[in-house]
Amino acid sequence: MAAARSVAAGVTDPELPMLTLADLGVLRGVEVVDDSHVVVEITPTYSGCPAMAAMRDDLVRALTGAGFEQVEVRISLHPAWTTDWITPAGRVALAAAGISPPGPAPSADGPIPLTLLPTARQVRCPQCDSPATELVSEFGSTACKAQYRCTSCLEPFDHVKEI
Amino acid sequence: MNSRTERPAEDEHDSAYSGLLVNDAHWAFGAAPVPEGHGEDPLAGLDTTVPAGVDAPTLATYALMLGDDALVMSHRIAEWTSNAPDLEDDIALSNIALDLLGQARLLLARAARADASVVPVLPEGSPAPPEDALAYFREAHELRNVRLAEVVNGDFAEATVRILLFSVWRLATWERLRSSADHVLAAVAAKGVKELAYHRDYAARWFVTLAQGTPESRRRLLAALDALWPLWPELFDTHPVEAAAAESGVGVDPAAVRDAAEAVLDQVLDAADVPRPSAPRRAGVLGRTGRDGMHGEALGRMLAEMQSVARAHPRGVW
Repeated sequence: MAAARSVAAGVTDPELPMLTLADLGVLRGVEVVDDSHVVVEITPTYSGCPAMAAMRDDLVRALTGAGFEQVEVRISLHPAWTTDWITPAGRVALAAAGISPPGPAPSADGPIPLTLLPTARQVRCPQCDSPATELVSEFGSTACKAQYRCTSCLEPFDHVKEI
Repeated sequence: MNSRTERPAEDEHDSAYSGLLVNDAHWAFGAAPVPEGHGEDPLAGLDTTVPAGVDAPTLATYALMLGDDALVMSHRIAEWTSNAPDLEDDIALSNIALDLLGQARLLLARAARADASVVPVLPEGSPAPPEDALAYFREAHELRNVRLAEVVNGDFAEATVRILLFSVWRLATWERLRSSADHVLAAVAAKGVKELAYHRDYAARWFVTLAQGTPESRRRLLAALDALWPLWPELFDTHPVEAAAAESGVGVDPAAVRDAAEAVLDQVLDAADVPRPSAPRRAGVLGRTGRDGMHGEALGRMLAEMQSVARAHPRGVW
């Protein structure tokens, strides 16, 4: 059981290869049915996340390599993924790779208020640690990231946006 | 100074592409042995049993309506890719299209699981999953999307107004859909509201910016709003299928979200100092509109392009 869990937890995200699926919080469960059969549950970050097929294939490959003949990958949709599930180790790995980790996610219950002004976040530059940063766009290179720039070192960088 | 440039050049992490080369299988989908029935299924392993007391064809058709809205809107927004006014908005529009495509995929898959008879029959040997059969092998009159989604793209102001109207309405609907008696729809909605909130804010901010920008940007914005306004009331019509879905607890009656949606839209119009348009609603054809499968001819042309490759190669493996 522990072996299957650690093999699955060690698989990395195809688009954020510095993060494991466990660090990203998309690995929702690993259940060993018997010596040859394991069931893994993953959840998409965004509805259109194109990396799900690659995640599934990587999990199947890793667990098959660890001796499981039957690897079932199930999708979990509820509760919806939130950036709050990114582990402390995952946040450190993101920052080390030059990606600003997310702050606390807003509550997703009740009516969602309209926000006409740019989202106010305390984002520090992952390159030079300056707090002088500005939002370029709420949409970035993948669905889960916003684009920022640092007005101190002038480097652009990605910020994992809170959902 | 970028600290990464100080590392030795041979450091494998120095290349943005190094992580991609660790495992070629990332780029060879299907190379791994994938258990039967778990291939690309976006609902793999989920309990998709139709809730007790719910009519399966009603649930399937309701899911198709929500899915078709997202599918058609996604395709129109995706047509902006490489055509937006600047790179940031090109990326933003592509992201919005991708979110909606993901919603469409989940909803079409849900429809197929609720009632397999809604799925077009493909030639024997076709590997297309049910959600692809629904997206690529139905005719325009079989699609249930609201007509706002299918309008031919205009300028960037038109995209702004259309995404605003669409996401204000869809978010108001999906906030309620989170408590659907169908737990698949409820989960899709709970995930989708987070995405739609970003889409709505993006369009609302551009709406205010264009309205308060130059005389030309304001002129274009008002023209786009006037052109799309006749399609706004259709979003709140209650189709009999929607009424039945709401009655059984799986769906949301569009008429019930009108006040909430109008209130949010008024907030944006006020901030932009734009008066509510007065153009009358666009009539249906003999009373039939998008939800009945009655569409403008533009949808047929859109589908012809969107579906041509899949239809030419129904047994194709991608």
